[in-house]
Amino acid sequence: MTKHLIRPYGDRKDDGVIQLSFVLPVPAGDKAKEAAAAVAKKLGLSHVLVSSMEKAGDDYSFFVVYGRTHMQLDYAAIEVPAVVHPKHPFDELNEVVKRDIGRRIVVVGACIGTDSHTTGIDAIMNMKGYAGDYGLERYPMFRAINMGSQVEPEKLVARAKAENADAILVSKVVTQRDVHKEDARALVDAAKEQGIFEKTIFLFGGPRVDHQTALELGFDAGFGPGTKPSDVANYIYYRMLEKRGEKS
Amino acid sequence: MAQLFVDAEKIVRARALAQSAARGVQAFIDRHTTVSIERTVLRLLGISGAGTRGAPLANLMVDRLRVAKVLQKGAAYWLGRALRAAPGKDPLQAIERAATHPEKLPPLGAAEEAQLRDEMRSDARAAVSELRSRIEQRKELKKSLRVGSFEGAPWKYVIVATGNIYDDVEQARAAAQLGADVIAVIRSTAQSLLDYVPHGATTEGFGGTYATQENFRIMREALDAESRKLGRYVHLTNYSSGLCMPEIAFMAAYERLDMLLNDAMYGILFRDINMQRTFCDQYFSRRICAFAGIIINTGEDNYITTADADEAAHTVIASQLVNETFAHLAGMKDELIGFGHSFEIDPAREDTLLRELAMAMMVRELFPRSPIKYMPPTKHKEGDIFFSHAYDVMADLVAITTRQGIQLLGMMTEAMHNPFLMDRFVALKSVAYVYRAARHLGDEISFKPDGIVARRQREVFDKALHLLEEVAQDGMMAAIGKARFGDTARTPEGGKGLDGVIERGPDYFNPFLEILEQGRQ
Repeated sequence: MTKHLIRPYGDRKDDGVIQLSFVLPVPAGDKAKEAAAAVAKKLGLSHVLVSSMEKAGDDYSFFVVYGRTHMQLDYAAIEVPAVVHPKHPFDELNEVVKRDIGRRIVVVGACIGTDSHTTGIDAIMNMKGYAGDYGLERYPMFRAINMGSQVEPEKLVARAKAENADAILVSKVVTQRDVHKEDARALVDAAKEQGIFEKTIFLFGGPRVDHQTALELGFDAGFGPGTKPSDVANYIYYRMLEKRGEKS
Repeated sequence: MAQLFVDAEKIVRARALAQSAARGVQAFIDRHTTVSIERTVLRLLGISGAGTRGAPLANLMVDRLRVAKVLQKGAAYWLGRALRAAPGKDPLQAIERAATHPEKLPPLGAAEEAQLRDEMRSDARAAVSELRSRIEQRKELKKSLRVGSFEGAPWKYVIVATGNIYDDVEQARAAAQLGADVIAVIRSTAQSLLDYVPHGATTEGFGGTYATQENFRIMREALDAESRKLGRYVHLTNYSSGLCMPEIAFMAAYERLDMLLNDAMYGILFRDINMQRTFCDQYFSRRICAFAGIIINTGEDNYITTADADEAAHTVIASQLVNETFAHLAGMKDELIGFGHSFEIDPAREDTLLRELAMAMMVRELFPRSPIKYMPPTKHKEGDIFFSHAYDVMADLVAITTRQGIQLLGMMTEAMHNPFLMDRFVALKSVAYVYRAARHLGDEISFKPDGIVARRQREVFDKALHLLEEVAQDGMMAAIGKARFGDTARTPEGGKGLDGVIERGPDYFNPFLEILEQGRQ
């Protein structure tokens, strides 16, 4: 594969310019400013410019710093696992689901654990949808059950089992101390315990969630910020076809 | 300058509807008590410690009384009874003994009953008098210092939320030095669902720091010192919401907090706390706030972070009128009711600034004597912190132009993490600039009587009025059951904490409430 070398771009190709901002726990002054420059140099930057030093409290200073990095990167070697499939528009997706699945797809979703931030799950599941893209409830060929906030993983799994769900959709906004990962693992464990892990598709969404993390946690896919309901609907359809293929 | 384009008669009508909807609930409140109310009474009477494994003594006692099914007489009665039966004993043991076999307690004659109550009333009066002196200390300090950046400027409100109270203190001091007028210590995730208040100083929390009486004390002490140093009073606020509204209110009053988040319906709608429980708890907690001169902040901003801010604007107004009624019923003056709302309309749309101005002016003018609490954008915040910062500055501009009372400053990193020290710095520096630059802007502007702003106010208010008609017709509890507020349906028997609601007996005794309700109309 041919290499594709790149550097950060400030004003000219390959100038390597980076801007940083940070706080140091020392009072503002000449010494603090020198320390901020030293931070940037230790990070490997040259042409360091401390463009701003501000008093951020009696014992704290805030800096904006510019510098140039000399590292270069082979863009061709970057690999990102991503959810890739062609996308059907609303009506077409309903038609292909009817044709290929032959019944409504059942999706159960919730904010799990102590999380009460339902913005994400609501945007994907509720009728209204998000950014002009209809939510799953709106799709005639989907049955969407949104259990809302603060649902225990075991309860979500039990409901999915009762509804004979094809997919479980989980949203986590609170991620302090990786509590989202803990809850996600609890969900996977509960699904295994209740015997629906193999047959169900697991989707993980949230502002600090990516596909890679979701895979590591045992999910089928992860969806980060900006995901639209139609992305999720299409993904579930394709994944169901795939799973059917895996079985035969 | 805030202009109101709504027909005055409609406003009168809307208030009357809110009052009629709340009246039925108030009758319910007056017939009930809750475990949290009874724990508050015990705390006032000096039961503030914790037993083994940190369980608060007030909880241990009230749980015993609830299980014994004798709480309908009031915890204060049983404390008096227990101490009388076993003088000099440890109060918990005495209560335990009394609660295990209440029928075995030596019977009291009518005169002794009356004497017992008088003794407890006298203890309560002494405790309230100490509480009052602590509240006075707070007021004295505030009176001796400058308040806010200048006359008419909103108080600049910022959040600290490290999980460790000692780190919180460091960050709060830095924020105060940079001009913050109010420090809010965000609570650990899901503390609202704990049916007890944790004990002591805490250094571990998820997404925030546990609200405890000791944490309140530590932070207030630090802010006292900082206020004196700066010559400017720095307020402290926390959350009187969830399952322990009255207890938090009492601890806040005792530890000299200035404000509390406190909403009549928030717990019901957004935390799925049982509505009977919340209605009773909000009443008692607001009685305490009224007594202590604590400003409450209502939570209407939540309606428009879940639903669409443009479409759901009327639910904010309707809920504010409901909150106003409940606050008045709890004896609160307008000056203590900080009505909440927020700058949340999708920035991808056109003329959002006019629509936000319309809403901010309407809220300002509907409650002219109240300190309106203005919240920043959150729902449409992005990881692009530079855009996010510009977005926050627009909220700053609306806040100063329309003279909001208390402004929670937006953080450019809202979509990512709890505010860093530098995020607060950037927000405080910029807001100082905007307040300065637009100090008299509002005084110079007047909007067209039939323009976008005027039409928007009328449209929103008409919808609010319609919603209140429905609520008044259904009754408050049934209306919540039909998802009239916040798109969330809750039933009177659903949610957490219902088993903590107890019907008062005919001989119910609560000497703290007697004092708080003095002069009740």
